[in-house]
Amino acid sequence: MRIVWALISGLVFGLGITVSGMINPTKVLNFFDVAGTWDPSLAFVMASALLTTALGYRLVLGRSAPLFDAKFHLPKTTRIDPQLIAGSAIYGVGWGLIGYCPGGVVPALGLGRTEPWIFVAALLVGMAIARFTRNQLAKAVAA
Amino acid sequence: MTEFTPLAAVVGGTLIGIGAVMIMLFLGRVAGISGILSGAVFASSWEEWGWRVAFLAGMIAAPAVFTSVTGQTPGFMMPGTTAVSIIAGLLVGIGVTFGAGCASGHGVCGLARVSPRSIVATAVFMFFAVATVFVSRHLIGG
Repeated sequence: MRIVWALISGLVFGLGITVSGMINPTKVLNFFDVAGTWDPSLAFVMASALLTTALGYRLVLGRSAPLFDAKFHLPKTTRIDPQLIAGSAIYGVGWGLIGYCPGGVVPALGLGRTEPWIFVAALLVGMAIARFTRNQLAKAVAA
Repeated sequence: MTEFTPLAAVVGGTLIGIGAVMIMLFLGRVAGISGILSGAVFASSWEEWGWRVAFLAGMIAAPAVFTSVTGQTPGFMMPGTTAVSIIAGLLVGIGVTFGAGCASGHGVCGLARVSPRSIVATAVFMFFAVATVFVSRHLIGG
C-alpha cells in the first residue's frame, strides 16, 4: 500500500508542477528575469504551495505517526554552515542557467522529449561527484 | 516571452502543496525532490528505494494524465543549448547535494516548517538564480 500512496502523492505533486507551468523552464527563467521579460507566476506557485503545505503540516504533524509508517522522518540538521550556503549558491547558478530544478524537471521526463533526460543525466553525475567529494572530505577530516 | 498565469499558478501551487502534505500524511516524508531523486538512485535498501521510485513515477506520469484530462499539451520551451543544460545539470546536482535541498525541499516543505536552514538556503539560491539570469541575459547576452 505504501507504494500506491507514494505513487498517488507523486502524481498530485507532478500535476501541480504541470498545471502551474513550472514544467516549462523558460517560464521559470522569466520569473528570475526581473529586469527583462518578468513573469511573476513562480511567486504565486511558491506562495500557494507554501500556504497549503504549512496548513496541511499543522494538521498532519499533530498526529503521533503517519498512516503507513511508524514515525515522521523530518530533517534533523539545524546547523547553518558554509556547506549549506555554498551548495545553495551553486544550485542557484545552475537553476538560473537553464530554469530547471529537480522538482520541475522530473515531470518533464514524461513529456516524451530528450532534453529533460539529458539534464537529469548531468544532474545525477553532479550528485555522484558531490557525494564522492563529501565522503573524501569526511575521510580527510577523520584521518 | 511567457505570459503571467496567476490562476494556473495558484491551482498548480495548491496541488503541489496537497502532494507534499499527502506524502507526509501517508509515509511521514518531506517532498524534497532532490532528496527523493538522490535516494532513488543511491539508496541501499528496499525500504528507502521503493516509495521514492513510486513517487517519481507518479510525477513522470503527470503530463500524460494532464493531457488526457484537459486535451492540452503542457507548454514547453528549452531556454538554452544542450551544452548549457549539461553544465547547469552538473551545478544543480552538486549544489543540491551540498545544500541538502532544492526549491521543493527547502522552498516549500522547509519554509512550511519554518526551518531556519531552509529560509537561508531559499534566500541564497533565489538570489543566485536572479543574479545568473541578469548576468547571462543582460550583461553577456541581450
